[in-house]
Amino acid sequence: MERHLDEKLQELKADILRMGSLVEHAIGASMEALKQLDRDAAEKVICSDKAVDELELSIDEKSLDLLALYQPMAVDLRFITMAMKISTDLERMADLAVDIAQRVLELAGKPLLKPLVDIPQLAVLAQHMTKDALDSFVKADVFLAKKVILCDKDADSLRNKVQAELINDYIAKDKSAVSRAIPLLLIARHLERICDHATNIAEDVIYMIEAKVVKHHQERL
Amino acid sequence: MNNVAFNITRMRASYGNKEVLKGITITILPNSVTALIGPSGCGKSTFIRSLNRINDLIPSFRISGDILYRQKDIYDQETDVVELRRRIGMVFQKPNPFPKSIYENIAYGLRIHGFTIKETLDEIVEASLKKAALWDEVKDNLKQNALTLSGGQQQRLCIARTLATQPEALLFDEPCSALDPISTAKIEELIHHLKKSYTIIIVTHNMQQAARVSDYSGFFLLGELVEFGKTQDMFTAPKDKRTEDYITGRFG
Repeated sequence: MERHLDEKLQELKADILRMGSLVEHAIGASMEALKQLDRDAAEKVICSDKAVDELELSIDEKSLDLLALYQPMAVDLRFITMAMKISTDLERMADLAVDIAQRVLELAGKPLLKPLVDIPQLAVLAQHMTKDALDSFVKADVFLAKKVILCDKDADSLRNKVQAELINDYIAKDKSAVSRAIPLLLIARHLERICDHATNIAEDVIYMIEAKVVKHHQERL
Repeated sequence: MNNVAFNITRMRASYGNKEVLKGITITILPNSVTALIGPSGCGKSTFIRSLNRINDLIPSFRISGDILYRQKDIYDQETDVVELRRRIGMVFQKPNPFPKSIYENIAYGLRIHGFTIKETLDEIVEASLKKAALWDEVKDNLKQNALTLSGGQQQRLCIARTLATQPEALLFDEPCSALDPISTAKIEELIHHLKKSYTIIIVTHNMQQAARVSDYSGFFLLGELVEFGKTQDMFTAPKDKRTEDYITGRFG
């Protein structure tokens, strides 16, 4: 039986997807801005955050309305509460893309300290994890969600690698490199945090589908 | 087994040739609220009506299985049915006070059970009305005809009447279906308080009510107990697809 609630849940899902696509775009655009040290591109990323913030508010409002008006149960309840959590993660991810863009503004006008190797790789990983987390939500695909969660340790390793290299090979050896190394250190940190949020989304997706809590319990995967 | 109120195994029940309960196995813990949900005709009312043998009044009714209350067979030939119904009280869908005074509604049953001293009756009437959260509203009008009370007050009077005979378990068969939301909230609050002293089973069509008032829930469908477990588990993560479909309004 098709329910009126189903229509509302589809609208909520569409909003999450719209928000997810804006976030994916912001992460990609912030990386392009970094590669080119392009101020205009970085400014655009910063401006694009407003649309994500508005979608977050709209998703929260719609979710609260659905909880109040339909008193959903079981899978519906899990879907709506997870939609609220996922939108919070997506909003934070967009903020982190803005943080990256702000670091680009700090770096612009000076030559890059070193050729970018691991940071773009970490960015690609963050984009893949974000895309897969959202796909797992759309397709209710537990396998894909698990894949995202298992990728998180790769993100941590890459961030550690960037950090070690910048500190040991540059900051420790040349104090004048600090002002150009710190923004890169922070960018690696921002990207790794984006991966953490993608992981949160994947964990929420598993709860939504299977009612199984894997957050803080990776052994349950 | 002392911590079990009802222990029911393979309960089957029928009206004539029509089997309405097809092997129910369930354990009900004392001082808990168990909600039974399911679409009309699924057998949930037959189930609770079997627990204090109200169904005995229907000639074609047949029942089998192990149906134990406090380890005693409810359907044993030696069971004193009047005493059983005192221990396991029942509140029905529609408030059904006697066309007598508020006081007499409660005192009547007590007299049947041998209470005749006026002071004792007064004490029990007051205590029962207090337990049913009605005393403050009626204490100055105990001689008033009970039928002049509102629906919600009448239902609480029926609860007070049931409590007066000092039952151990209370069976509620859709106790709020004829009540407005305020009266419903009062009855739900009352059920919440009563579980400290009584074992409560409630049949309800209102899923939100089941979720609000109960500790355990059972989902009946076509005479079977499809799922039984902690209420919070059933309403957030039911195990059976049929339960999921029912509580999310996909059928029923």
